[in-house]
Order: sequence, then structure tokens, then C-alpha cells
Amino acid sequence: MASPVQTTCAYCGVGCGVVMHPTDKGGFVAKGDESHPANFGRLCSKGSALGDTLELDGRLLHPMIGERVAPWDTALDLIADKFTQAIAEHGPDSVAFYVSGQLLTEDYYVANKLMKGYIGSANIDTNSRLCMASSVAGHKRAFGEDIVPNTYEDLEEADLVVMVGSNLAWCHPVLHQRVMAGGAKTVTIDPRRTMTAESSDMHLPLAPGSDVILWRGLMGYLKEHGHYDSGFAQHLSGLDAAAPAPSIAEVAEASGMSVNQVAEFYALWASTPKVVTIYSQGVNQATDGTDKVNAILDCHLATGRIGRPGSGPFSVTGQPNAMGGREVGGLANMLAAHLDIENADHRTAVQDFWQSPAIAQKPGLRAVDMFRACASGQIKALWVMHTNPAVSLPEADAVRDAIANVPFVVVSDIEDRTDTTVLADVRLPALAWGEKSGTVTNSERRISRQRPFLPAPGAAKPDWWHMAEVGKRMGWEDAFNWQTEAEIFDEYARMTALSTQFGKRLDVTALADVDYETLAPVMWPVGGPERLLNDGQFPAGKGKILAPEPKEQPRPRFRLNTGRIRDHWHTMTRTSRSSKLSLHIAEPFVEVHPNDAKALGVTPAGLVRLSTKHGEMIARALVTDRGRPGELFAPIHWTAQTASAGRVDALVPGATDPISGQPASKSAAVEIEALKPAWFGFAVSVAKPAPEALYWARARTTKGWQVELAGTEPPEDWVEAARSLFGADTAQPIVVEDRTRGIVRVAFVEEGRLIGALFTAPDPVALSRGHVRNLLGEGNAAHALAGRPDAGLPDPGPTVCACFGVGLNTILDAISGGAVTVDAVGAALKAGTNCGACRPEIAALLPEQSIAAE
Amino acid sequence: MTLRLVVIGAGMASGRALEHLFEMGGDYEVTLFGAEPRGNYNRIMLSPVLSGESTFEEIVTHTADWYAQHGVTTRFGERVEEIDRQNKVVKAAGGDVVYDKLLIATGSDPFIIPVPGKDLAGVMSYRDLDDVELMKSYAARPGAKAVVIGGGLLGLEAAAGLRLRGMEVTVIHLAGHLMERQLDPAAGLLLKQELQSRGITVLTEANTAELRGTDHVEAVLLKSGQMIETDMVCMAAGIRPASGLGRTIGLECNRGIIVDDQMRTSDPDILAVGECVEHQGQVFGLVAPLYDQAKVVAQTLLGAEAAFVAPQISTKLKVTGVDLFSAGDFAEGADREEIVFTDPTQHVYKRLILENEQIVGVVMYGDTVDGPWFLDKIASGEPVGAARDTLIFGPNFVETEDTAPPSTTPVTTAVYAERSSVAA
Repeated sequence: MASPVQTTCAYCGVGCGVVMHPTDKGGFVAKGDESHPANFGRLCSKGSALGDTLELDGRLLHPMIGERVAPWDTALDLIADKFTQAIAEHGPDSVAFYVSGQLLTEDYYVANKLMKGYIGSANIDTNSRLCMASSVAGHKRAFGEDIVPNTYEDLEEADLVVMVGSNLAWCHPVLHQRVMAGGAKTVTIDPRRTMTAESSDMHLPLAPGSDVILWRGLMGYLKEHGHYDSGFAQHLSGLDAAAPAPSIAEVAEASGMSVNQVAEFYALWASTPKVVTIYSQGVNQATDGTDKVNAILDCHLATGRIGRPGSGPFSVTGQPNAMGGREVGGLANMLAAHLDIENADHRTAVQDFWQSPAIAQKPGLRAVDMFRACASGQIKALWVMHTNPAVSLPEADAVRDAIANVPFVVVSDIEDRTDTTVLADVRLPALAWGEKSGTVTNSERRISRQRPFLPAPGAAKPDWWHMAEVGKRMGWEDAFNWQTEAEIFDEYARMTALSTQFGKRLDVTALADVDYETLAPVMWPVGGPERLLNDGQFPAGKGKILAPEPKEQPRPRFRLNTGRIRDHWHTMTRTSRSSKLSLHIAEPFVEVHPNDAKALGVTPAGLVRLSTKHGEMIARALVTDRGRPGELFAPIHWTAQTASAGRVDALVPGATDPISGQPASKSAAVEIEALKPAWFGFAVSVAKPAPEALYWARARTTKGWQVELAGTEPPEDWVEAARSLFGADTAQPIVVEDRTRGIVRVAFVEEGRLIGALFTAPDPVALSRGHVRNLLGEGNAAHALAGRPDAGLPDPGPTVCACFGVGLNTILDAISGGAVTVDAVGAALKAGTNCGACRPEIAALLPEQSIAAE
Repeated sequence: MTLRLVVIGAGMASGRALEHLFEMGGDYEVTLFGAEPRGNYNRIMLSPVLSGESTFEEIVTHTADWYAQHGVTTRFGERVEEIDRQNKVVKAAGGDVVYDKLLIATGSDPFIIPVPGKDLAGVMSYRDLDDVELMKSYAARPGAKAVVIGGGLLGLEAAAGLRLRGMEVTVIHLAGHLMERQLDPAAGLLLKQELQSRGITVLTEANTAELRGTDHVEAVLLKSGQMIETDMVCMAAGIRPASGLGRTIGLECNRGIIVDDQMRTSDPDILAVGECVEHQGQVFGLVAPLYDQAKVVAQTLLGAEAAFVAPQISTKLKVTGVDLFSAGDFAEGADREEIVFTDPTQHVYKRLILENEQIVGVVMYGDTVDGPWFLDKIASGEPVGAARDTLIFGPNFVETEDTAPPSTTPVTTAVYAERSSVAA
């Protein structure tokens, strides 16, 4: 058996070390790496289930041109030709790359080099735009560089941890565990009473979007109560010029909280020097996301509580390599090595380093704009890597159509079918986590290796190789001629010398010659201090106080918040492979306040339709008071592959933060209505079911699949509908039908085993789903249709007395209970007292041995 | 003063009536006439005797000792043809008997369909031990063939028994599906398939035109023109109340001898019990109501107050390996709702018929273990309520506080049994 392999988790930006242990069944089981400084052996539910997600079903294993398998050479030549042609006919800005925080730093580096240095456009943007762009912009405005100044240790060092717009308990569970283990007092600032809020000492349920005024108010409180750090002030600019801060009363009014709540929080924050403020998408994903970031940073800067043990602002990222992507220039407005595209000296330095024929002269299209350019016809060739914009971008329906509108679309992915791959002209099979090799940078600037422990399946190749081969075919043989990812990392590491040359802190040069294979997790600046900016050495010269102006928030009747759930990640291409992860929440849902539910006629477990002018979503109603009336919440994970109409971003308008370009994903004004389907259904199936209904949501189970269903009109023939759902062409149906009530239950049996069961009813189907799921593949399929375990009554056994329906086991029980004659059995059970045919059988059950002993 | 009771007919009903009478301390001097040359036995169990799964000795219910012990004078083998009601005398070949009370329990006669050849040798009914012995004698011939006319309970039991004895058996049934009085078409089809899988040929919608043969039956000709060669024919096309004696002596009769709730005929000193009676327009073929009547008869004879109420009855087929249960009313109707379960993989079919949220009928095939529980629900008339979703899965799957296994459910009205097929 192979040795365990140390690698880094595939999911969020915590970047936990994982050790993959081979099992004797040929699989792997994930354990936390006790030596990794991110997690010291901890793992969350998703990380722990990594071993469940390694199967190859549904994988893209060969290059595909249309629906034909193509040799690599053919596919790569075609891509090179199409991109070259588009550039020749329409200029460099007619092509675009849309990449992903799941690319490794090496892949990202190659993508950026190809686009910005060789094609000569900056039309490369990444799904990190949806996640981190406001933090990047905020960092750059305040510090002059995209720097996270603190480390995870500070979560344990802190006396107070404030979590803003972050459901840390679900989205970054290991960091949440570290916060809780550290013993700091905790405050959650979130409109929703999330699991994080539930576990916090204080929850501030601010009105959505009132973050800026809340933090501006804190700034005023800090000043008023003398908490500014006068020593640190020399490193800052704008501190005195700052506009007057709002009063506590004004903050309370704007945020919908009480004066006491606000004052208590301000006093706590002000009086606790060791304070870490963690923030995430609730801050970033807003039209004023960058302002929110700076409003938080202002408070930390003014008090000097930055980059110090136990104190500092802390942006936590959602993707495994969002940070690495930022370092190598993955965003359309950045150059590699944290250099600025707007700066001519930076551009020249980068071009010189690459010896490239070109260098992008201006920022390229940011994500939302990129797909608008696809829609308008500006983009002639698009390459999407490892991300699913047809699901994840706002106005997702329009994005889907825009991708379809691009004359030539390449998608690199590990999945055969995603909502985006189905739009591709050419699909390139990439290596998945566990197969690919490279580095990632986590939220505390720590670079860790992702190491392969699985062979490359089929013809799949690493992403950097895809791009390098296309680069070579476009005529740049020497610039893309790496043999290994280690060579790319080496080139990138050396390039970071440019960063320090221009006064930035990103410095990885020390890793240029290290043994890449054994590279241990290491923070940048490599060889420098772990905590940054506490020395006042801001790349911009001085730390800048922005004092952003609070903006009036629209108050729609229904405002839709979005986010993650505990056990899924992004569009579930990986997590949906694990039954453990799929069953925590197995379908898209919308949280609706009980008051709203009542007014709308929404019933618990009923369905609701959300709509905007951009699109609609159908999901299960979760009636809860986690949010306030008028505030809805829906998860981001469901796609057209996993649900009929569960793509939340179909609803979300493409409004963005003007500074960061990050979409405002959590503030769509939506319409909501209770949906009244004619029927509801629930099904389990051994084979992947193919539902066709108004509403469906499909999830993995331990023994197969499950589907939730609802429809407007019942099918003519439920048995045939079920047969088609399960693909059970030859199996025999077991049916229970209560026609007047519209209840039909159908099970299919093959070789005596349950292969599928469908339960329908006019109301949401109430049954023991776990019980039914477990019966898949088992015998006694008929009982599965009861939909619940039996009452725990003893199995009566085969019938002995047919007249009274008395079973063998029941009779044996009576005998052991003292009924030692046939008549006594009859007296106890009536067995044998009518036609008497079973009396000999009963007599035969009597204890002969005891008689013999007498 | 000891009264004289004369009982005509030594079947299951009169046997049970006498048991009750003696148990309740009735002071009667009893004379028991029986047309068969033997005493009371469990007629229901003739089918296992036919198939060889039981012996006659095992199904005798009352022995000579029992009659002696209770002072019953037995007159077996004597058919009573005449009664002098005026003088209260039963006329019989072995001597007249004077009675104070007379109990007629003449049972039923097999319905012999009036077709040419019905009187040929080798044509028999299926009513008593003699019929069974006769059928066994045919079955003993190697390669012998049998035709059973009638696909009701009795005919199918006969067919299965003959098949078990190795005969080549064809069942001819007039209706569209077997046991149409007890089963719906779906269950009837399953039963047909089961019997066919045992090597029994089943012809439904088959109308007998003629029995052919010179002295002995040789073939059955159907109206369709189909000819079936055979060595014997068993007529099991239903029974008729054996009300002839009652009619002869001038008792009020319709299909059967009409009785009131106390089982009295139009002559207050004459009672009747069993398949020969008609009560409120209903005649009887299953043992459960007969037993209830027997108890009432005994009470009436003792001067106790009692009234017969036709109980909820259920049907089972006594063919080993065929589980079949039906009870109540399972006709379709505008107010009727039904819950149907079909499992072709296990050859199981269940249908519950509901009206006003109560179970009014049940048909079960292949898995009848919950039959008594459903029968109890029919009898109790309790609303099914929230249990409806899983009702058809039986008590183990019904979510109620007082869920209990069928063996402990108070089954009050039902005695489950079987025999017969009330003729149309």
C-alpha cells in the first residue's frame, strides 16, 4: 500500500493541511495534517469527506470537440488557431480568460502570462472577483498592496473576535474552531442569526447593508473616547481629514438595532486592544463592499490594531487559492507579483522580466463586464477554466446566454457536464484535486503544496499544460516551454523580486531554489516577519484612512441574501459526490420569516418561487425567524445539474461595487410567491435518476440517489413516469395507489432488490427519508413503500393459524410464556380455535424435550 | 320435564348448536338424524382430505362417545322425508320420533347445472365425504383427467386437491375471473396465474353446453365449441339451501327456510339453522354466521333472549400455498374510495375499499397476514384517519398510539372461515 500523502484541502481559503491515507480497499481517507499551521490536524465535514469525492464517474477524461473525442493535438491546434484568428481580426481584447480560485498558483501564473504578456490584453478575470475583489481593493486603497496583515494564531491570541458578514462556523469551520478554542469573546455582525451568530457571545443583527455606518460610528466612538493610537498615527494619512462620524443614535436608527446594542459593541471593541475583525462575503459582496472593507480597516488603523499579536483586520477567503491567484495577477486589474497595471514602470518591469512581445496597457474586463462583452459580441473567443459562470455569476441566465453567444468557447474542467461545459465548443479534461500538483496560498499568506496521490485519469492534463501548449502553438515556444510545475513556480518566485523592488511586501524569491517536492507550508514574505504593517511600513508610504460615506440602502419589500451551507461548496461538483455531505441539506431552500410566510400563504416544506426581471428560482420554503421579515436567504450551490430551478444567481442583478467590480450578490430585490404544485414527490434510486418536473432536486445518498419532486400536473401513468425516472426499463413495479387522495407510491425491483421508489402526494411528501434511503438495494421492497419503519412490533413470522392470522413467532412466544398445550395456545392467541387445521402444526411446536423429560 | 328435541341434519351448524345447548345446561332429549351414514365432521376440512393433506379421522368433530355422553340418539344414514306437524312426529324409515321442538339443519344442496349429460356416471358434486372418496377413486387412475365446473372457493379447492393427487385438471368458470364473488378481477387474475403455474388449466368466460359420453362422462363440450376430454366432472357451481323438507311440510320458504332473529320458522316449534335458512333475505354459505346462528338456536331453545345478526364475514381459500383473503363489500361505487397495492414480484395484491373514511371491504392475495386486522377495522367501522397513508401496510406500519399486533387486537365479530360459494 502506498504511503500517506501530505497535501492541502481542495475547498475554502483556510488552506488546511490534509494527509490522504490509502485504505485497503484502494481508496483514500482524509485526516487533518497535525503539522500544518493552518489547522494542526483539524478538518471540517467537507475536508473529512474528501476521500468520498474521488470517484471518476461524471469526469471529463478526453478532449472533446463538440461531442466528439479529439486527440490533444487537434484540440490544442484548434484553440490556438481560433484565438490567433480572433486576435488577428478583432484585436487582443476580443479574447478573454475566465479563471478560478481553484487553479493552482502555477496554472494561474501561466494564464496571466499568456494573456497579459503575449496576447497583450488584460481580459483575464477570475471567480475571485465574486469573492475577494472588494477586500483586494480595500487593502490596496488603505495599504497600497493586497496584504492580509495577520495570521491565524491571532485568532487564538485575541481577546475579542468580531465576525462580520461571515458565517465562519459553516464556511470556514476550522477557523471557527480555532476562534472558539482560543477563548476570545465573540461578536457576530450579520442580519441573519447564523450558526456563527448562535455560537457567539453577542449577535448584532444589523439591517442589511448598514455596515459602513456601523463602522463609521465606531470610528467616531474611538476618537471621542481617546482610543486612537497616537504613536501609530504618524504612519497614517487622512485621519484628521475624516468626515464627521455618525452618532450612536444615528447608527442605531440606520442599522435597525437598539442604541444599547450598538453602544455595548462599541465599548467592547474600543476597550479590547487585542481584537481581530474577521470579514467575508457579507462585507465584500455589496455595491459598497470596498467601502465596508475600508470602514473596518479604518478602525484597526486608527487604533494601531493591525498586524499585532491578537489584533488586526482579517479578510478570510472562500477559495483554496484566491490568494495565490491575486499574487500572480489573476485579476483583470493587476499584474503578476502584486504589481499595478496602471503603473507604466510596473508594466515595463513585468514585460522585461518575461521578455514578452507585449504587455497589457490597461485593466481588462472584470467578471460581470466580461460576460456582458460576451453578450454584446465583443468577445470572439473565451476560455473558462475550473469555474461555472453559468451558475455563479449574477444574471446567470443572461451569462449562460452570453457564453452561448461567443463564437468559440473553451472550457477546461474536471466534470463532463456542468451548466458551463454544456456551452463549450471545446472541452479540455483537467486534473482534479488529488491528481494535480502545485501550490496554493491561504488566507494567512501561507503557501502550501497540493500534492498528487492519484494518477492522471484518461487523457486529463494539468491546466498549466493546456495553456502552455496553446501558447507554444500561438508562436511563443520559448516562453511556455516548462516541463514541470516546479519550473513555473521557480519562475514566479524569482519574479517576486519585482514586488520588493517597487516597495511591495510580496516576496517569494527565497523559494526559487528550494526542493519543490518537499516544500513545507511557508508564509510570505518568505524570510520576513509573519505579521505585517505593525511597523507602519505601508507599501503606499502611509496607511490611508478612507472614512467612506455611508450610502442610503434601498428597502425592497423582499431582499434576498445568499450564501453557503455547511456541507456544500460552490456548485457542488465535488461535494455532491459525497452522500454524507449531500444529505445535510439535500435541496435548494429559501429562508422565509414566519410573518412573511403567513402573509404569502407559504407553508413549511411548501415550495416558493422567487423572481426578478433576470430570472427565477424555485426552492423549498424554510420558515424560520433567523432573518427578519422581508429578508430572505437562499444557498448558492444548486445548479441545473442538481435542481430544476435552484440557481440563485439567475435572480441576482449584475450590480457591482464600482471600485472592486465585485457583484452585490446578497441584496437582490425579489418577488416571492407560494407555489402550489398539483403533486409533490420523493424518490430514491440506485441509478442516477433523470427527473423531469417543475421542481426537482437530486442528491447523492449512500446507496444511490434521492430526488425531491413537484409538478403542476400529475403524469398520465405514474408507473411509466417512475420507470423513466429510474431508467428501470425491465424491472417490475410494485404500486400502492390511493387515487382519490392523489397518492401513488411505486417501487421497482430487480433480482429481488429495491432499485428505485417514488412517493407522490398532493402535499409535501411526509415519510422517513433516511429509512427509505437505506432500503435501496435491499429486499422486501414492498415494505419500503410504507415509507416508514415498522412500529417495532415483533415480526409475527410465517402464518401458522390462517384463520386468526397468527404467526409462528407469536405462537413460539406464547409457548415460551407458558402455553404448553394446543388448547392453551388457542386460549392465548385464538390460534387453532376456528377451523383447527393448524392444530397439528401448533402441536409440533410444543416443547417435546420438556415432555420427554417428564 | 325433559323436552324432546329432534334435529334433522348432522352438519357443522347442528353440531355447534348441540354443543351450545349442552354447555348451557339444556335439558333436552335429543334425536339426531343425518342423511350421511356418519356423524358430524368439519366439512370445511374436506379439501385437505381430498388433497391428502388430512385424513377423515382428523376432521371428525363429534365422536360416538360424545353423543353417548350427552344422551343423543343418532339416526345416521336416515333421510327424513315427512313430518306430521299436527302431531309433532318425525316420520322416518327406522321409526317415527315425537318432538317438542324440531330443528331443521339440512344444509345445502350442490347446484347441478341443467345440461345434457349431467346424470352420466363420473359426474359428481363436492359436498360430502362420499364425493371426496369418489373423486379419490378417479384420481387413483394413472393419467386420469378431471374437469371442475365452477371456479369459486369450492371448485378451486377441488381442482387443487385433484391436481395434488396427480390428475390433469381443467377448471371451467362462467364469469370473467375466478371467485368473482370474493375477488376483484386483479386478484382473480393472480389466482388464475397461480393455479396455472401448478398445472391446472383455467378457462374463464367458459360456458358448459353439454357433458358427453355414453354411460360414463367422456368429455365436456363448451358453448364456444371447445371440447375437453375427461374421466370425471366435478360440479362445483354453487349451492342451494336444502329447503325441500321445509317446503314439503308447509313452512314459509323463499330461497331458504325463512327464520326470524331467534331462528324460528313460521312454525314456532320448528327452528332452522345453517345453510338451509334464509334470514332477512340473506342465505349463508360460510361457517362464521352458521356458528352465530347455532348459538342463537341454543339460546332460543333454552328460552333465553338472543338475536342473530349476520356478522361481517371474510373468505379464505383453503388451498395450500394460496393466500387469499376477502371481506366486506368491495364493489366499486361513487362514494367508494380505494387503496390498491400490487406487487407482481411477490404475487401480492391488496385492495382496501373505503367509504366515509372507513374500511368497508378488503381483498388480499398473496399476503393475507393482515386480513383479520382489516376485518376488525371493517367490523369496528372506525375512521382510518391519519393512518391512511400506510394503512394498506397493516398494523405494523400504522402510526397510532395504540398500535398493537393483530393477535392482540380484540377481534370481536369475526370467525374466519370459509367454505363455500353461495349460489347465484
